[in-house]
Amino acid sequence: MNLASISFAYLRARPLATALNLLLLALGIATITLLLLATGQLEERMGRDARGIDLVAGAKGSPMQLVLSAVFHLDAPTGNIPLEAAQALSRHPAVKKAIPLALGDSYRGFRIVGASRDYPAHYGARLASGRLWDESMEVVLGAEVAAKTGLAVGATFTGAHGLGAGGEAHEEEPFKVVGVLAPGGSVLDRLVLTSVESVWEVHEHGGVKPERREITALLIQYASPLAAATLPRQVNAGTALQAASPAYESARLFRMIGVGVEVMRAFGLVLVLAAGLSVFIALLNALEERRYDLAVMRMLGASRAKLTGLMLLEGVALALLGGLAGIVLGHVCTEVLGLALQAAQQTPLTGWVWDPQEPWLLALAVAVGIAAALLPAWRAYRADVALVLAEG
Amino acid sequence: MLSVKGLRLRYSASAVLPSTAEVLALERFEAAAGEHWLVLGVSGSGKTTLLNLLAGLLKPSAGEIEVGGQALAALQGAALDRWRGRTIGIVPQKLHLVASLNVLENLLLAPYLAGLPIKRARAEALLEQLELKDKVNAKPAQLSHGQAQRVAIARAVMNRPKLLLADEPTANLDDANCFSALQLLQDQSRECGATLIVATHDQRARARFDKRLQLGLSPA
Repeated sequence: MNLASISFAYLRARPLATALNLLLLALGIATITLLLLATGQLEERMGRDARGIDLVAGAKGSPMQLVLSAVFHLDAPTGNIPLEAAQALSRHPAVKKAIPLALGDSYRGFRIVGASRDYPAHYGARLASGRLWDESMEVVLGAEVAAKTGLAVGATFTGAHGLGAGGEAHEEEPFKVVGVLAPGGSVLDRLVLTSVESVWEVHEHGGVKPERREITALLIQYASPLAAATLPRQVNAGTALQAASPAYESARLFRMIGVGVEVMRAFGLVLVLAAGLSVFIALLNALEERRYDLAVMRMLGASRAKLTGLMLLEGVALALLGGLAGIVLGHVCTEVLGLALQAAQQTPLTGWVWDPQEPWLLALAVAVGIAAALLPAWRAYRADVALVLAEG
Repeated sequence: MLSVKGLRLRYSASAVLPSTAEVLALERFEAAAGEHWLVLGVSGSGKTTLLNLLAGLLKPSAGEIEVGGQALAALQGAALDRWRGRTIGIVPQKLHLVASLNVLENLLLAPYLAGLPIKRARAEALLEQLELKDKVNAKPAQLSHGQAQRVAIARAVMNRPKLLLADEPTANLDDANCFSALQLLQDQSRECGATLIVATHDQRARARFDKRLQLGLSPA
């Protein structure tokens, strides 16, 4: 017998009200948890995918679309650029490293990316089996692609035109799997990598002259930070190419998503406050029913402080339970959302990571519980025992 | 053991009460250890008020109360609550068992709240003695009025009080139950060596008590 067991007995004696309060609180906390996890992981992932890529050069169009398509592989490309123009830009003294990308085909929803071997090296990718491509039409699969399609080293497949499943198939040009990458947590996990020449081979059917060859985009790393001031302007003004900065475009994207995130976060807070109000009313009602119990406890020797503690403990116990349930629920929801996104071959999301801000969520829940228990606790403190006992 | 001198409780004039009202006046009252007293008086004569004053649940307007050598005026706040829990057993008129707790937990509440060691064996022995052994896990709502009253008496004597106070313990009881309730109070206070004070307007109780205090007689 102690305060905790008495509090628990009271919570258990009103299962419906207790469950409702827990649910309300848990929903609010879960909403905020989900937002924290989702935005945190998205930012981290986009940061990792864009690391070391200072500039993307591609066809004119929307700069955000260019970055989304060439760096994150989330959008359709803006178009193609002449190989010569790309090569000229690669040789620019302000450019330290330039990785050519040729897009256009996919296999079962996964992009086939023609690139130089610098591309996997840029992300520090390791091979889980096989080797990197040497000959034309040899491909290396990202870890997720291999897991989803079941393809392994030695298998052959044909790509489909476009990025969705069900595009026109290139039946006569089969790819051969020569390697599979180890999971690296980068965009490579969801790509089929091959040489730029392979992509040309699939599309040209031997009819295009070498001087008319095209690639889709060029990922550029600056030779010095100074290049950021001059190179994008030079490219945009002086050539048929467009240059876009992944850092700037993803910041812009987050500013746009940010409005939605803020709205959701406010919604979560409203849920938490509503839950707090409900806990408050539940405790107040409970106190009304319990005036006699509290008076009897004073009669039996409990001090005012003990009774105040009892009410506070009950509020905090409810809040802690609700908060913990909310955090667990938030993680489960994130994982479920992640699985759904994975099935749609979108940026993966997992519920099994911890956000450093989560302890604050628990603190928020407890603060709500304490605030809700304060008035009942104060009334318990003030009650006139003799009067209440006589009322009975 | 118990001594009361010049005790007064009045409510000062307020919007509700146009003039100062004296609720209780008791010049002198003394009870020795182990004595059984009956406090008689019509409704409103201040019987319950006297019990509340003796238990330190109300503060007198004037006068002194001493219980077991302890002057009540010297105790405040948590110390008073603690003293009450350890020294005084109370059976309130509206028994006030805690509905969310079972019978055994209701008994254990007494030592826990008084800050005494929780003796489960004592509670179980009491329940056995009071023929409530099969109700150990029952909630108060599942008890008959007579059973609930026995639980309230058991709770009051859990901590072996020096002073046992019972407010109208025979109200709503038929003759047989009336006498067995009084018998139980007397037996239990004898066992604890407690002074027993029963406040009632029930004339049936007179026969069982040789010491009586009549309240509500206007002081001449």
